[in-house]
Amino acid sequence: MAIKVVKPGLATAVQDLGRPGYYDVGIPLSGAMDRFAVRCANLLVGNDEAAAALECVFMGPELLFTADALVAVTGAELPPKVDGVPQAGWTSFAIKAGQTLAFDFLKRGARAYLAVAGGIDVPLVLGSRSTYALGALGGFEGRALKAGDELALGAPAGAGVPGRTVPEGLRRGAIPTTTLRVVPGLYHHRITQGSADAFFRDTWKVAPEADRIGYRFRGGQPLTFVERTPPFGAGSDPSNIVDSCYPYGSIQVPGGTEPIVLHRDAVSGGGYFMLGTVISADMDFIGQLQPHSKIQFVPVTMAEALAARRERQATLEAVRGLLGPG
Amino acid sequence: MAITTVACPLPGTFYRRPAPDQPPFKGEGDAVSVGDTLGLVEVMKSFTPVTAEIAGTIKQFHVEDEDAVMAGQPLLDIET
Repeated sequence: MAIKVVKPGLATAVQDLGRPGYYDVGIPLSGAMDRFAVRCANLLVGNDEAAAALECVFMGPELLFTADALVAVTGAELPPKVDGVPQAGWTSFAIKAGQTLAFDFLKRGARAYLAVAGGIDVPLVLGSRSTYALGALGGFEGRALKAGDELALGAPAGAGVPGRTVPEGLRRGAIPTTTLRVVPGLYHHRITQGSADAFFRDTWKVAPEADRIGYRFRGGQPLTFVERTPPFGAGSDPSNIVDSCYPYGSIQVPGGTEPIVLHRDAVSGGGYFMLGTVISADMDFIGQLQPHSKIQFVPVTMAEALAARRERQATLEAVRGLLGPG
Repeated sequence: MAITTVACPLPGTFYRRPAPDQPPFKGEGDAVSVGDTLGLVEVMKSFTPVTAEIAGTIKQFHVEDEDAVMAGQPLLDIET
């Protein structure tokens, strides 16, 4: 065992890039909320991008290293300290056996990713080491870390050295976004045009209960629905539909009041209408939103969504060019 | 007489009382012991207690019940 958990933080959990392929049977994608950040953390320490790291949300853990290690912290600005000495974010640094890694107060963003050379060694479950805490699946015993847990590491690839860094211009998502781009669709026709205009005009605030399952927003005007006779199988509430699949990133608005963007640990289906879907390029940004932060939803076309995805991919390729195994 | 400011450990909503119909954990002028709960921060459907790490007397609260709080934000002063 290489790492002892002294203090667990709020909900620190093992995450990798996720567990795709089982959403049809109700097992969500899981994986890091900010996948760009976890890829960068892994590249910095010479890991495969898909290695398991620790996702630290809002409050960092305190970890005692019982073996020498090379680590990197990316994502949110949650300043790491080794035996009290501050370390740079988005930069690899060494820790010696007997030293403690702790974190200062969160300065910006919401989720920091701690990668360790060799990766966190927990069993693969359905092809992933991600934690799905709601289903007690994967990760470390299917749950967030607790004080006293001991984590093992895989064998480092040997390519990592201290002092490697992701240049500031490539730290995608490090400065939290104030907009989320949305492709309207699926059940958008269920609300009036005036209501749709208001949805995209209003400023929404992240609700404190927003989590890995869904990010809830409040503060905008309630939706106005188009009159209808409920179809067989849909409830009488105008926000209900005949049960359907829920895409990752889809926006449901139960009761027409508070939009919820489904994220990595979401349920895969149900009976709420979805007015659109947050574009894939912006899903990482949601993972860096603190409670009470202000957001505006911006409608975009599918072509714009695909262009944004290519732009994100180009940023990742640039990081790979600098840090990758070449 | 030294003043120690208690900072908020994480972002969320700050509560000074354990439940809406209960009295506050502590008020200004109250004595506190190490480990006493000073308030709660709600985020992601969990409530994280903020506890006193020193003993003394509460001089002043800087936030109200149900205020939105940031990590590192001063919550209250304890005079020791």
